[in-house]
Amino acid sequence: MKKNVLTSIITNLLLITFVIVWIIPTVGLFVSSFRDKDLLATSGWWTTFKTNKVNEIYRTKTSEYQIEENGMFFIKGNLLDKNYGKKIVSYGITSKEMNKFKVNEIAILKDQSKIEIKENGEYLWKSEKSFEHKRGKRIFITALSPPKFTLDNYKEVLFKEGVGQAFLNTLTVAIPSTIIPLIICSFFAYALSWMKFWGRDTLFAIIVASLVVPLQMCLIPLLSIYNDIGALFNIGAKSYPGVWMAHTGFGLASTTFLLRNFIKSLPHEMIEAARVDGATHYDIFLRIILPLSVPAFASVFILQFLWVWNDLLVGLIFLDQVPSEIILTAKLRELLGSRGENWEILTTGAFVSMIIPLTIFFALQRYFIRGLVAGSVKG
Amino acid sequence: MTVTSLFIYVFFGVVVCFSYFHLSNLALDFIEKKKSKKFSQKSVLRPYIFIAPAVIVLVVFILYPVIETVRLSFFNKTGFEFVGLKNYFWATKDPEFKRAILNNLGWLLVVPTLSAFFGLVIAYLADRLWWGTIAKSIIFMPMAISFVGAGIIWKFVYDYRGPGDDQIGFLNAVVVSLGFEPQAWMTIPIWNNLFLMVIMIWIQTGLAMVIFSAALRGIPKEMLEAARIDGASELKIFTSIIIPYLEKTILVIWTIITILVLKIFDIILAMTNGQWNTEVLANLMYDWMFRGGGDSGRGSLMAIVIMVGVIPIMIWNIRRHKEEEKT
Repeated sequence: MKKNVLTSIITNLLLITFVIVWIIPTVGLFVSSFRDKDLLATSGWWTTFKTNKVNEIYRTKTSEYQIEENGMFFIKGNLLDKNYGKKIVSYGITSKEMNKFKVNEIAILKDQSKIEIKENGEYLWKSEKSFEHKRGKRIFITALSPPKFTLDNYKEVLFKEGVGQAFLNTLTVAIPSTIIPLIICSFFAYALSWMKFWGRDTLFAIIVASLVVPLQMCLIPLLSIYNDIGALFNIGAKSYPGVWMAHTGFGLASTTFLLRNFIKSLPHEMIEAARVDGATHYDIFLRIILPLSVPAFASVFILQFLWVWNDLLVGLIFLDQVPSEIILTAKLRELLGSRGENWEILTTGAFVSMIIPLTIFFALQRYFIRGLVAGSVKG
Repeated sequence: MTVTSLFIYVFFGVVVCFSYFHLSNLALDFIEKKKSKKFSQKSVLRPYIFIAPAVIVLVVFILYPVIETVRLSFFNKTGFEFVGLKNYFWATKDPEFKRAILNNLGWLLVVPTLSAFFGLVIAYLADRLWWGTIAKSIIFMPMAISFVGAGIIWKFVYDYRGPGDDQIGFLNAVVVSLGFEPQAWMTIPIWNNLFLMVIMIWIQTGLAMVIFSAALRGIPKEMLEAARIDGASELKIFTSIIIPYLEKTILVIWTIITILVLKIFDIILAMTNGQWNTEVLANLMYDWMFRGGGDSGRGSLMAIVIMVGVIPIMIWNIRRHKEEEKT
C-alpha cells in the first residue's frame, strides 16, 4: 500500500511540474498585456501582484492657481492620480536629494516658501510672497505602488498600431479560406467515396500524396502565375480572392482526406436505398450526406480555420504588406522588427492574435482534437 | 478592410462557390430529363461536376507548381535559361546552405524525439489522475496558437537585460536568482538553436500527448493488471509493455512532427531571421525568393531539398492507405 501512495505522489508532482512549465510562458504574456508599460519595461511580470516601490517626478500647479488668504499665498493640489492608490513614502525637491523628506514633513524651499506633501499626494504650498513661477515646481517622490492593471495597451495596439485592422483582415482571409475548401472538398470527397468514374483510385492516391507535399514546393510557380495574371489584367497581383484560392489549394488535400474518410464510413445501405427510390447523387448528397456529416464538418472547419488564422507564410507571399491587407501574424512579425523592445505592444498584440484560436480551442476542444488526430499531416 | 466589406467579401466568395454546384447539377437534371424519357440516375457526367472544381484547384495549386519547381531548379534565377546542375553545385559550396542543412538535421533529431517523449509521459501520467483532463487541456493549448504568437511568448521568456538591471525575461530572472550571469540566449551559436527548438517542442508535445492518450486507452487492462500482480514496477510496465504496444503510434507521431519540422519557418523568421547561425531551409528559401530581386532557381532547389526529406514518408503513407483500402 505504501508503495502505491508514493507512486501517486510522484505522479502528481511530475504532472504538476509539466503543467507549470507549460503554462508559465503564456501566463507571463497574458499578465504583461494588462500591465502599465513603464512597469513592464523595468520589472518582471511575476512582480505584478506585489506592491512596488517606484520613483516618479511630478510638477505642482503654476502660479496662476495661487490663492491669497490673510496675506499668505497658497497653492493646493494633488500630485497623484487617485485611481492608482499609490502611497508616497518620501519625497525631495532636487534630483540629488530625492528622498530628503519623509511624507508629511515640511520642506522649506530656497525662497523660504514651505511645502507639505501627504501620503495620498495632496500638497499644500505656502509662501509669504506671491508665487511667480510659470512652470510647476518639480517634486521627486518615492511611492508604494499597488498592483494595477490597465487596458491602455489594448487601446494602443488595436487602434494606433493597426492590429485591429489586421484582425479584420485576418478574418477576411480566414472565413472564405475555410468555407470554400469545405464546399468544394465535400463534393469531391463524396465523389471519391460513392461515385464511379475513370481515374478515381489514382486521384485518391494523389490526394494522399499531396497531404505531405510541403507548400514550399508550390510557392515560386504560384507567385509567378499571380504576377502574370496581375500584369495581364493590369491589376495588383495580390488580392483577397487570390489568397483564398491559395489557402483552398493548400488545404484541399487534408480537407478532402478527412471528409472522404468520414463519408466513406457512412453505411452504404442508406445510399443504396435512396438510389432505388430514384434519388440522384446530388439529392443524396444534400439530403442525406450533408446532415450526417455535421460533426465531421465541424472538425474540418476548425482545423482549416485555425490553420489559416495562424498561417504566416501564405499571408506574406500572397498579400501586400500594406495596412489594408496585412494579416495578424505578418503584423506581429513587423512589430517584432520595429517595436522589438516595446513589450507592452508585443505582448498585447500577440494576445489579440490568440483570442480567437483560444476561444475556439476551449469551446470546441473535442472537435479540434478529433480533427487533429484524424489528419494532422497537412503539407 | 472594414466590417461591411468583410461581409460582402465572405458572402460573395461563398455564393459563387455554392451556386456553381447547385446550378450545374440542376442544369444536368434538366438536360438529362429532356434527353431520355427514362430518367437515368447513372449520369456519366455528374461525377465530373462533383470533382471539377477540386481537381482544377489541385492541378493549378499543387500538381503544376510541384513539377514547375523541379524544372526551375535546373534554370537560372529568372527561370529562362537552362543551367543544368549549376544551382546544385552552388548549394554544396554555400556556407549558409550547409548551415541550414545542419540545423534542419538538428531539428529533425531533437524535436520529434522530445515531443513524442514528453507527450507519452504526460499522457501516461494524466490518464491516472483525476485532474488529468485539465492538465491535458493546458499542455495542449499551445497547439491552437500561431508560431509567431508562440515566438513572441518565448522571446519574452528569453528577454535579456544587462547584468545589474532587473531581468524581465523569466529565464534570465531564474538564472540570476541562482547566482549566474544573465545571457542573451538568442545570440549564442549552436545553443540558440536549442532554445528555438524548445518553442516547437512546447507546441507539439500537446499533439503527441493527445494521440498517445487515445492509443493508451486501447491497451488491454488485463495485461497491465497481470503485470502488476506479478510485481512489475511502474517503470518496468512502462518500458516493457506500454512502449512496445505503442510502436505504431510512435511512428505516426514521429512522422507528423518530422514533416512539420522539415518546413519550420515562422519561428525562425520571427525570432532570429536566421542570424547567429540559426538558419533553416524554409527560411533560406523565403530569403532567396526575394533576395536580389528573387532567384527562382536557388529557391526551387531549397524547396526540393525539403521535399526529398518528405518523400520516404509520402511513399510509406500511400502504401499504408492502399493496405487500409483493401481491408
